[in-house]
Amino acid sequence: MARIGVFVCHCGTNIAGVVDVARVAEAARGWPDVVFATDYKFMCSDPGQALVKDTIVRENLDRVVVAACSPRMHEPTFRKACAMAGLNPFLFEMANIREHCSWVHEDREEATRKAIDLTRAAVAKARLLEPLQSRTVPVTQKVLVVGGGVAGIQAALDMANAGLKVVMVERRQSIGGRMAQLDKTFPTLDCSACILTPKMVQVAQHPNITLHTYSEVEQVRGFVGNFSVTIRRKARFVREDVCTACGVCIEKCPKKVDSEFEEGLGKRKAIYRDFPQAVPGRPVIDREHCTYFQNGKCRICEKFCEPGAIFWDDQDALIEEQVGAIVVATGYDLLEPDRLRPWGYGRYPDVMTGIEFERINNATGPTGGRIVCKDGREPQAVAILHCIGSRDRNHRHYCSRVCCMYALKFAHLIREKTTATVYNFYIDMRAFGKGYEEFYDRLLHEGVKFIRGKAACVTDEAMTPEEQGRLVVVAEATTLGEVIRVPVDMVILASAITPQRDAPEVARRFGMGLSPDQFFLEKHPKLEPFGTATDGVFLAGACQSPKDIPDTVAHAAAAASTAMSLVFRGIVEVEAQTAEVDAEACSGCKVCQDACPYGAISFLADRKVAEVNGGLCKGCGTCVATCPSGAIRGKGFTDAQVLSQIDALFA
Amino acid sequence: MGDRFEPRIAVLCCNWCTYAGADLAGTSRMKYAPNVRLVRVMCSGRVDPAFVLRAFQDGADGVLIAGCHPGDCHYINGNHKTMRRFPVLQRMLRQWGIEEGRIRLEWISASEGDVFVRVVNEMTEAVRALGPLDWRTRAAMVVPETTHSPAE
Ligand SMILES: Cc1cc2nc3c(=O)[nH]c(=O)nc-3n(C[C@H](O)[C@H](O)[C@H](O)COP(=O)(O)OP(=O)(O)OC[C@H]3O[C@@H](n4cnc5c(N)ncnc54)[C@H](O)[C@@H]3O)c2cc1C
Ligand code: SF4
Ligand code: SF4
Ligand code: FES
Repeated sequence: MARIGVFVCHCGTNIAGVVDVARVAEAARGWPDVVFATDYKFMCSDPGQALVKDTIVRENLDRVVVAACSPRMHEPTFRKACAMAGLNPFLFEMANIREHCSWVHEDREEATRKAIDLTRAAVAKARLLEPLQSRTVPVTQKVLVVGGGVAGIQAALDMANAGLKVVMVERRQSIGGRMAQLDKTFPTLDCSACILTPKMVQVAQHPNITLHTYSEVEQVRGFVGNFSVTIRRKARFVREDVCTACGVCIEKCPKKVDSEFEEGLGKRKAIYRDFPQAVPGRPVIDREHCTYFQNGKCRICEKFCEPGAIFWDDQDALIEEQVGAIVVATGYDLLEPDRLRPWGYGRYPDVMTGIEFERINNATGPTGGRIVCKDGREPQAVAILHCIGSRDRNHRHYCSRVCCMYALKFAHLIREKTTATVYNFYIDMRAFGKGYEEFYDRLLHEGVKFIRGKAACVTDEAMTPEEQGRLVVVAEATTLGEVIRVPVDMVILASAITPQRDAPEVARRFGMGLSPDQFFLEKHPKLEPFGTATDGVFLAGACQSPKDIPDTVAHAAAAASTAMSLVFRGIVEVEAQTAEVDAEACSGCKVCQDACPYGAISFLADRKVAEVNGGLCKGCGTCVATCPSGAIRGKGFTDAQVLSQIDALFA
Repeated sequence: MGDRFEPRIAVLCCNWCTYAGADLAGTSRMKYAPNVRLVRVMCSGRVDPAFVLRAFQDGADGVLIAGCHPGDCHYINGNHKTMRRFPVLQRMLRQWGIEEGRIRLEWISASEGDVFVRVVNEMTEAVRALGPLDWRTRAAMVVPETTHSPAE
């Protein structure tokens, strides 16, 4: 015989305004095993919790039911109160008579009847609850950072400086991400490389950071506090312990390939590093393009490599790492190039994207930093087109956040280096950050021309002699209310920031969700923009939404500090409401193994029965409903418990 | 409410999406038919066909199974199993003469309080139109107690 106590909350008038709470308590008094029932103004308040605790002791309760708000709100509060009074916290059940009753119904009689039903169902379940032990497991004192852009770098350094071991995985040859490609950064116009490269070097030299570039995370298993990850370190054909990063091989390699870092505007070699200040500096051989790998002849790099670092038999290595938390910082991509065709991209050589302009304007870039057209002439006029693919339902609905500001930055830099007239075609000017509006204001006084209106297209079909041989931007100038044509020599497209193309795959690998826009979904849009659906997996930087560098760095530092509070705490509680196989009843059919999303069920070949690994089980209960022999118990949601609720509601 | 038939509908739903969606309907003070009673499980994958049968046996006139949208399940893909089980369940119920409109599977996310309200209201009206099920008398001849007896 159970001794159940029932507590019905008024929640001020939130519940009591619609539900006759006294009647609910009175009804409860008449149910079997209920030895105490009362109603109270605010159950979650200190006196409310004290009421629960005192009654447990006084009435010797062994089950507690609170009829109040959603268990998603206060279940932890009352579980704790039970535990403080010496009652196992899993002998507690909640009836949701606020969100599911008083707030959604108006008829007092109907609502009261429903509240009584819901409370009766909670009591029925409570009667069958069993004590469960929440277990804690130690947290592995190491964190994985995926992606080595400025977000990953910031997170890794924060954690490593606090004494944590960090493993960083970057898929390119070098860390640095997009920021390494930028020339100057708005609004201060600091040189991007000057502020980024020292941090890159710190990562490489940090005793607490293990860096794997040219690598990817292939598999993630385990759970918060105890992840095992498999990292694929791609074959690089250069012995890292021998290579001195002198770069002679790169110089001598005869094979030229379009450089990804230069956005295809410049060349790299088949043995290459992403850029001169790459970290690490040791090059890799790109097998797809290497003449030796393709034709079996060449090996020139080997000839010139004095220390003898070239190593043709290198193979991909699979590295296993155990980590307690994961920070995903995989950054962003840019709008698919074929979507840029209406604006002349891919059709006219002097139409380029913003990131291409960053390279052209950079002293280490393909033109040595000279702003020139493809034919080598300096442009007389340059148009910068905002919102290309952003804020556009045909492409991306959202604002890419950084484009207005880098467009202003470009305008300033072009005016600094050339005599060109610069036009900005914009919808709205979004200068939201610190010092941004001031920067816009400065540009307004620098003689840059601002035309309010989105560019519809770019054409080379001249309608006047003045347009002959030039690119013509066609736009509806909204302030004038007419279509205008502006002839220029160079067009820069502020193309939308997009999620990485493989974001869905990466989300699946790390157990994260995707927002409708396909960026990674945060746990809470306001309070936990760096958490994810999987405990222990955090987000940093532009992989969550478009961000400028200051926001990226702040986001990354927040992710790092949250990961640190998890790891330094040293222990995590694992799910207590797990599944359990009754070996007697198990027929050995293995159906449950396929059902489990976490691979938590193993098959004991000797005994021919399935077994649940309590550390991996998340308690979803899918196996419980799948087992044809009814051999799996889902603790906290057993068949008997759920059926008792159904009976209480409908029988 | 007069003499109108008031159907009783069981909602078997997951904690993370649909239950939270129903919570949101509450916090947003949306109003819906008082005919439904929610039974919470952690994932829609936990919904055993036996739960549905028991609800009908007990006297429910309709059962709604609801969970996260495909791809959004808090447990990666528990709802795929729900999806796969559903046609089997439908066929079973059809054989026993239970009208199709009495069982429904819906994906309702934590942000779709309005969808929850719409589905619940729609279903209440649809089941109301079908009239009382009274399955115990209808199916007593054909059906054993439940598909399998619970482990306890
Ligand atoms: C044209 C242009 C100009 C800009 N100018 C400015 C400016 O002046 N000022 C400013 O504040 N911001 C500017 N920005 C924004 C700036 O680029 C971003 O804020 C910043 O790069 C975001 O950093 P991140 O680390 O989040 O992402 P990224 O820089 O994209 O870095 C992500 C890293 O993760 C790696 N990666 C991706 N997927 C994987 C994977 N699966 N496994 C392993 N590694 C992976 C990538 O290779 C990359 O190294 C500009 C952006 C553009 C497009
Ligand atoms: S492989 Fe040889 S030549 Fe190339 S960087 Fe390393 S040491 Fe220098
Ligand atoms: S309840 Fe079953 S299916 Fe779900 S995680 Fe645990 S073992 Fe896997
Ligand atoms: S958690 Fe909602 S369907 Fe699985």
